[in-house]
Amino acid sequence: MTSGLMKSFTVAVFSIFLLLISMPSFANGGDGENGGKKKKAFDAQEIIFGHVLDGHEFHFFDITHDDGTKTPVGIPLPVILYSPQRGFDVFMSSKFHHGEHEYAGYRLLNAEYLEKLKDQGHDLKKEGLSAGKIIAVDGNDNLDKSVKFYDVSLTRNVVQMILALAFLVWIMITIAKRYEKGFGVKSAPTGMQNLLEPVITFVRDEVAKPNLGAKWEKYLPYLLTLFFFILINNIVGLIPGTANVTGNIAFTFVLGIISFIVILASSKKHYWGHIFNPPGMPLWVKFILVPVEFVSVFVKPMALIIRLFANMVAGHIIIICLISLIFIFSAMSKGVGIASSPLAVVFTIFIYFIEILVAFLQAYIFAMLTAVFVGQAFEGEHHDEAHAAH
Amino acid sequence: MVLLSDVANSNAGGAIGAGLAAMGAGIGVGQIGKGAVEAIARQPEALNDIRANMILTAALVEGAALFAIIVGLLAVL
Repeated sequence: MTSGLMKSFTVAVFSIFLLLISMPSFANGGDGENGGKKKKAFDAQEIIFGHVLDGHEFHFFDITHDDGTKTPVGIPLPVILYSPQRGFDVFMSSKFHHGEHEYAGYRLLNAEYLEKLKDQGHDLKKEGLSAGKIIAVDGNDNLDKSVKFYDVSLTRNVVQMILALAFLVWIMITIAKRYEKGFGVKSAPTGMQNLLEPVITFVRDEVAKPNLGAKWEKYLPYLLTLFFFILINNIVGLIPGTANVTGNIAFTFVLGIISFIVILASSKKHYWGHIFNPPGMPLWVKFILVPVEFVSVFVKPMALIIRLFANMVAGHIIIICLISLIFIFSAMSKGVGIASSPLAVVFTIFIYFIEILVAFLQAYIFAMLTAVFVGQAFEGEHHDEAHAAH
Repeated sequence: MVLLSDVANSNAGGAIGAGLAAMGAGIGVGQIGKGAVEAIARQPEALNDIRANMILTAALVEGAALFAIIVGLLAVL
């Protein structure tokens, strides 16, 4: 058919055209860590990591004065440090004045001090020094490596997580008490009960019962806790000015480990038999399959961890990047900045709706995959019995 | 063509890797959508079941793509 010939010809012409107009170009390495960025220009990377990482204060915005100085506006949080040499130190993070002053022999790292450390010859990456961390300093305001201390502060992730937890516990206990008193049991529920009952029955009927069979009641509290905790932390993290709790690898790591422990605790001999001796396979396939199956026992919770972390942090970074576009364009010229604002805001609103969907989806996926893995772990020879119980 | 510094190499590698991962995610989720829409066309009564399965599978495929994006981000840092 000539259309096939025309198609191949078109593909060939376009490929050659693209090859001819391509130019070699190099990724921006620049000089040093920053890639050669100007001092006073808009530093997108600093803004992004300032929002996505943990910090010792809630930072809302900066007020820029006429002479160019900035006053940050936010809520300082308690800093709790324990050092075997220096003992306990508890104070508000406002004492650090955003890294300009040292206090009690400690310093909050900011861009200025990091430059000073770099000039002194420290390798920032190798020593794990980044903006927002606390370091111990000696009398001359230099980094004191001999002092070992533990930073157990109430950072903004911790505070937000505790607030979300308190909110969740309050709501759930309220509606549990109402159900106990008899509201919404024989008649239609109202208010908060009405809001949460479809969600709870959804988790019970779509997540717990299909995957866990007859034992769904034992695991339903854990699955509900998992679902609502991740959901509420996702949603609260979307509000501008709040901390990024679920986009923190430590948070998702702990959730994944707890799920891993639940999966292991409910695993039966049948499950391990299937891993180390898969039925119905010739011997040579078993040699390949058994290591793969054994590794997959660990990889499945790892995937849960990374999936939640990556989805959340990617969403936050995209939103910040789209808003930063306005500032990046403004740095070129005011007119371009004003022109790009409506476009950037429209894109951001669109991505925000997607992020709300992703918040619900990731909570559901985490809970559902945990239920699936637990169901796989304790299923035994009694497949037919479990199915008949539906 | 001589690539001069390690920082440039790692930045380029991270960016290219993340782009390829996004491409993979696009193709994967597109296939899921194709299968789901065809199934709905064949049996419109199964709409809700198919939609639930499609969203679930899409989240799993995106998980794999996001692994690669995180690795790309690590390469830049």
